[in-house]
Amino acid sequence: MSDGRDLFPEERESIRDDRHLIGPDQGSSRAPAAGEPLLDSLPAASVGSSAGAVVAGADMAIRIATRPSSGQRVRSAWSRWSLPIFTAGAITYLMVPIVVMIAFSFNKPAGKFNFVWNQFSLDAWANPLGRPGLSDALWTSLVVAAIATLIATTLGTLIALALVRYTFRGRGGTNLFIFIPMATPEIVLGASLLSLFVASASQEPFKSVVPAGLFYPLGFNTILIAHVMFNISYVVITVKARIQGFDRNLEEAAMDLGANEWVTFWKVTFPMIRPGIIAAALLAFSLSIDDFIITNFTSGLVNTFPVWIWGTIRNNLPPQVHVIGTAIFLIAVSAVVLSTVLSARGQRRVPAPR
Amino acid sequence: MGQLIHRYRAAIPWLLMLPGLAWLAVFFVVPNVQMLLFSLSEGTLLTGFTTPPDTWSFDNFPGAVTRYSGNFVNSIVYGGLATILCFLIGYPLAYGIAFRGGRYKSLLLFLVIAPFFTSFLIRTISWRIILGNDGPFLGIIRDVLGLVPDNFSVIGTPLAVVGGLTYEFLPFMVLPLYVSLEKVDRRLVEAAQDLYAGPWRRGGAITGALLGGFLAVALQVGLGYSQFVGETATPGLVALAALVGATAGGLVGASMVSQAFLRVTLPLSLPGVFAGSILTFIPSIGDYVNAHLLGSPKTQMIGNVIQGRFLEQNDYPTAAALAFILMAAILVAIFVYARVLGTEELSGGRA
Repeated sequence: MSDGRDLFPEERESIRDDRHLIGPDQGSSRAPAAGEPLLDSLPAASVGSSAGAVVAGADMAIRIATRPSSGQRVRSAWSRWSLPIFTAGAITYLMVPIVVMIAFSFNKPAGKFNFVWNQFSLDAWANPLGRPGLSDALWTSLVVAAIATLIATTLGTLIALALVRYTFRGRGGTNLFIFIPMATPEIVLGASLLSLFVASASQEPFKSVVPAGLFYPLGFNTILIAHVMFNISYVVITVKARIQGFDRNLEEAAMDLGANEWVTFWKVTFPMIRPGIIAAALLAFSLSIDDFIITNFTSGLVNTFPVWIWGTIRNNLPPQVHVIGTAIFLIAVSAVVLSTVLSARGQRRVPAPR
Repeated sequence: MGQLIHRYRAAIPWLLMLPGLAWLAVFFVVPNVQMLLFSLSEGTLLTGFTTPPDTWSFDNFPGAVTRYSGNFVNSIVYGGLATILCFLIGYPLAYGIAFRGGRYKSLLLFLVIAPFFTSFLIRTISWRIILGNDGPFLGIIRDVLGLVPDNFSVIGTPLAVVGGLTYEFLPFMVLPLYVSLEKVDRRLVEAAQDLYAGPWRRGGAITGALLGGFLAVALQVGLGYSQFVGETATPGLVALAALVGATAGGLVGASMVSQAFLRVTLPLSLPGVFAGSILTFIPSIGDYVNAHLLGSPKTQMIGNVIQGRFLEQNDYPTAAALAFILMAAILVAIFVYARVLGTEELSGGRA
């Protein structure tokens, strides 16, 4: 590329103009939302699919980053390797607690707390649910996560469709309203829900409006309500990011060919936004199953798995906690690997001509 | 008739959004209103509450601030330090993945989010194991290298809490940074280099080394209280931290910092910096798990107080007032920060 630069001075000028056009100010006004980039990258499906799209620039990036510096080999090697080494170190740092968790699931603690390595043992793996209340808590976690995912994904997808597909007064305000729960600290979300649930039993006007037993005493209902609430915004933003990149012409083509709106939605729109919906559902499920801070405020005497850990750690910490944690980790990782492999295979199949 | 159809079409988006928005209204807006009422009330869960309009006890707010100012300070300091640390670790990491990841990019991104596949509490428990008095960290530092005295401990210090928070929220910093760095047009970087924006290795190395070293020492001295300064202070450990910090900073600075980086890449990644630090700061300032599992009574954050006041003492008025002050503090911080960075678009509501 550098060889050609003097041959095409006009092109060089235009690149320089570009830089002025996409200066810092313009760049930031096209910024993604605070939550948006995170969510775009979080779910398994998008990690796999975005990889293909972004690899294109990698070659050039590597050439830029490793451009040799006037023959000073030591320095050039230093600058070439320091960043990969730092990256590897940071990734290792992120992995250490996971490795510790897996290792300590094989520990036989000397006392009540599984904090210090004592002796290798398979006891906890042989009896992973052998603690009072643990299997109930795990079951509650799974059921709440499944139902909350279903409800939140449905409600959130509808909002996302409306926000992207229709122009209407109040859209900007709605976007902001959707964003606010994500910018609110979890402890405030939990505390305010607790306030409502307690007030439903003792304060007017809630006392006469809310059926007795629905919100108070706290339990399964209130955990579910909270999980749906905090998941909706995440679903909206994840699905929205998918719909935004999608070609309206295909829908118009379907309509031109005589499909009505309903058929168009199910035959054209839905299949195209399905990856976004699946990604959002995966995200909602994992947020729900892992949530502790909000659940702790809304669970009352019912335990989810994280709330059970919080309760038990006052008196003991059995290695079963690490066993379940390891099992959840392995299941989640295999689900992601599987979905990535499947979607890669699907992508390969689609464009291939018969 | 045409009018009617027009009306109907205008209602479609609202009909689609109705169930979801209603859920948020009932379970996000109404609860906050109720919490506001509680913050102006008197009484506890056991005695019953006297709420507005029967009473307006505005005293709850100044009372809560004076009583728990130490916890607010802890929250802001720990949350702020964790955010800075996340940035210093996360930026080079995101940069490394975006610019040098090559074909390992998606694997590296997957590893960044892998901690999310385990429970938040179990990750924190892992740090308690690692940093514990009989854990591997002190096993090396104290027993093998002999850098710290025998009665030295990490668990219970602010350093452990900040370390836990940093670990916990690092992916929230890395992902937005990665996305914004990935969007940087490589042609702009190349153009800058063609226009003689040369490398700045020496400057980068020196800046990085100074920053890294300074940060390491500041962490030790500023956060350690009696654990790190005073009688158990060990010049050896401070020197080691400074050395490690300076080396790491110098290495990274030398390879990343160039004129093209300073003038093109860094400014273009500012939206990611903004999003990442907000996403790190908000959850870390309200967290109470790390302070509970890794800290001591001296290191309790405001989240611990709110949690205890609500769930253990049933003192809703004080707890609700504290929660609102926390919210207000965060909103002010975001607003100021948005002004400083010049990124005002919070909602991402681009049309």
